[in-house]
Amino acid sequence: MSISRRTLLRNTAALGAFAGAGLPHIWIKNADLAYAAGGEIKVGVLFSLTGTTAIIEESLNKATLLAIEEINAAGGIKGSKIVPIVEDPASDPATFSEKARKLVVGDKCVSVFGSYTSASRKAVLPVFERQNNLYWYPTLYEGRECSKNVIYTGAVPNQQQDEFVPWLVKKFGKKFYLIGSNYIYPKEENNYCKKLLEKLGGEVVAEEYVPLGHSEFSSVINKIRSTQPNVIFSTVVGDSVVALHRQYKAAGLDPEKMPMASLTTSENEVAAMGGEAAAGHFTSAPYFMVHKSPENEKFVEAYKKRWGADKVTHFVSEACYFQTYLFKQAVEKLATSDLTPPSIRDAVKGQSMIAPQGKVEIEPENLHTWLWPKIAQAKSNGQFEILVEAKEWLKPVPYAAYPGQSCTEKGLVEKS
Amino acid sequence: MDQFIEQIVTGLSIGSILLLVALGLSIIYGSMGIINLAHGEFVMLGAYAAWVFHTYLGLGLLASLVPIFLVVAAFGWVIERYVLSLLNNRPLDTILATWGVGIMLQQAVRLMVGSELRYVQLPPALSDSMSVFGIPVSSYRVFLFVVSIALFGATWLLMNRTTVGMKLRAIIQDRSVAASFGINAKRVYALTFAYGAGLAGLAGALVSPLKSVSPDMGTGYVVDAFMVVVLGGVQSLAGTVASAFILGELSGGIAFLQNDTVAKAIVLLAIVVLIRFRPEGLFTARVRA
Repeated sequence: MSISRRTLLRNTAALGAFAGAGLPHIWIKNADLAYAAGGEIKVGVLFSLTGTTAIIEESLNKATLLAIEEINAAGGIKGSKIVPIVEDPASDPATFSEKARKLVVGDKCVSVFGSYTSASRKAVLPVFERQNNLYWYPTLYEGRECSKNVIYTGAVPNQQQDEFVPWLVKKFGKKFYLIGSNYIYPKEENNYCKKLLEKLGGEVVAEEYVPLGHSEFSSVINKIRSTQPNVIFSTVVGDSVVALHRQYKAAGLDPEKMPMASLTTSENEVAAMGGEAAAGHFTSAPYFMVHKSPENEKFVEAYKKRWGADKVTHFVSEACYFQTYLFKQAVEKLATSDLTPPSIRDAVKGQSMIAPQGKVEIEPENLHTWLWPKIAQAKSNGQFEILVEAKEWLKPVPYAAYPGQSCTEKGLVEKS
Repeated sequence: MDQFIEQIVTGLSIGSILLLVALGLSIIYGSMGIINLAHGEFVMLGAYAAWVFHTYLGLGLLASLVPIFLVVAAFGWVIERYVLSLLNNRPLDTILATWGVGIMLQQAVRLMVGSELRYVQLPPALSDSMSVFGIPVSSYRVFLFVVSIALFGATWLLMNRTTVGMKLRAIIQDRSVAASFGINAKRVYALTFAYGAGLAGLAGALVSPLKSVSPDMGTGYVVDAFMVVVLGGVQSLAGTVASAFILGELSGGIAFLQNDTVAKAIVLLAIVVLIRFRPEGLFTARVRA
């Protein structure tokens, strides 16, 4: 391509105009701190669209975008539109940290919604703490964290297990086989489970961890056969969940006598393993797609309409959805000039709303969320049937397995 | 005693799955000497083909096995013809090229059908468990065992009892001499590569009802396949079979006594040590050089 004099002139002129338009910007005091400039509020959306955990994070991205689109369609937040900046951290913690820095420092997002795995949350944590920005984490996780820069909207161990474990013991018996993927989340959940079992006089016949992404469970199944537990307590994650259920079914084990009780199996995994492999097993979570409430009907319908009729919603995508609305409520409370990540954090304390699962509220002390535990059994049609619904919502206690430690507004407090 | 037999049977089952996955690589790497890092993606393509045939054409898994083999083999043929044959005799470039092909296949699948896990139905006739030596074993696992042995038999016959196989063996020994006898080396290479790819595709389709189907499922299988082929010794089909079952019994056994994490580490360590002292693998075909 040859550059004619005319195009050169035109391009130079355009460049000049561009620079000119950009110039006054630096003269505005604190321009780089204006988080709601030009009727736009920029937020980051940081879920993996490629790599191992894209399987689930894709749906989290979708639920977050759906909520943002709904808010914008209804007029935005006090006239300002939410502008999502979507980045793909490719299931890699180092990339998570790099993209988080880009969103916070480069794009000046006022908050970032993101992460599924604990590893990726831990990787971005220093970025948000150093920049004093705000991260919204929708996933159930192992607790034992007390950051002033993260809003946790998923369940912590006490919210998934306090009802579940006693219920399992009563219904099936005291012998538990603990199986999980080999990383921090299953280990912390099992710690808590063992504590509960101790109180109930239960017994752990085996505690076992398989490598992440493991898909050959024949030896595990042999061990299950030889130890004959009453309950298989599973915190296996990702595609291993699918392999475990299918091989359990193929080996001819019976969920009526020896069910799997999971903290991680959602509608998403059930769709991949097929209803026949999931049927009869149990999951404890604050939300299931079949939950009956007007808010959930609206959510499921909107999600299917936007992303496809074959799509499912699950307990993490629900949290993605409602946390975006909580963000909106917090921002609404603030004057546009006061809009900063710490002010949003302070404004969201004690905020509540009717989420698809029921009324949720951000606990001011630890920035975790009051949720509604439920116990459900998977059916062969790929959906769950909710058997037990908590009568009251449950307070988040991120340090439930560690007596003497608690997360307060001042940070982690240890009582000796 | 029961437990012991149970564990032996389990090892056989794990071994048969390893054999299925490694057989295609045994041809491509073992015989042709091509380090094919896209092997896992051929496995993945097979699994996705099974899903497509099931979801869009309503074909059961068993009915779609032959078309899956043909589809993935065609893929392999195209890749050999338009990528690898242009890089003949340049092993490093081939490694890089097959790796690149693998990444492209992964991303292409992700872009076309999304990255969620896919569901392939277990053939209803094989969804129960049956009794083997008085031990309940999944019928489908027994079926996989039989299929893997049958595919090994077919491959052995193809290599040792057919003209194509003979030509391939001639080319492997000395390409230029073989060519001077009028053997079209290019064509034989392309066909062999296609056959190996097709086998990988079959493996993917066959394991998909027991495991899960996702764009990056191949990553684990390619490691397994290389371990089996390297341990068994390249150029030795029988060695591949033996090493598949050795690894199956070993990892199953250690997983039973300890756990799967330990099993994975010990098996890998054992292979590294063995390769240190026997670089040619456990079994080597004696070829006059």
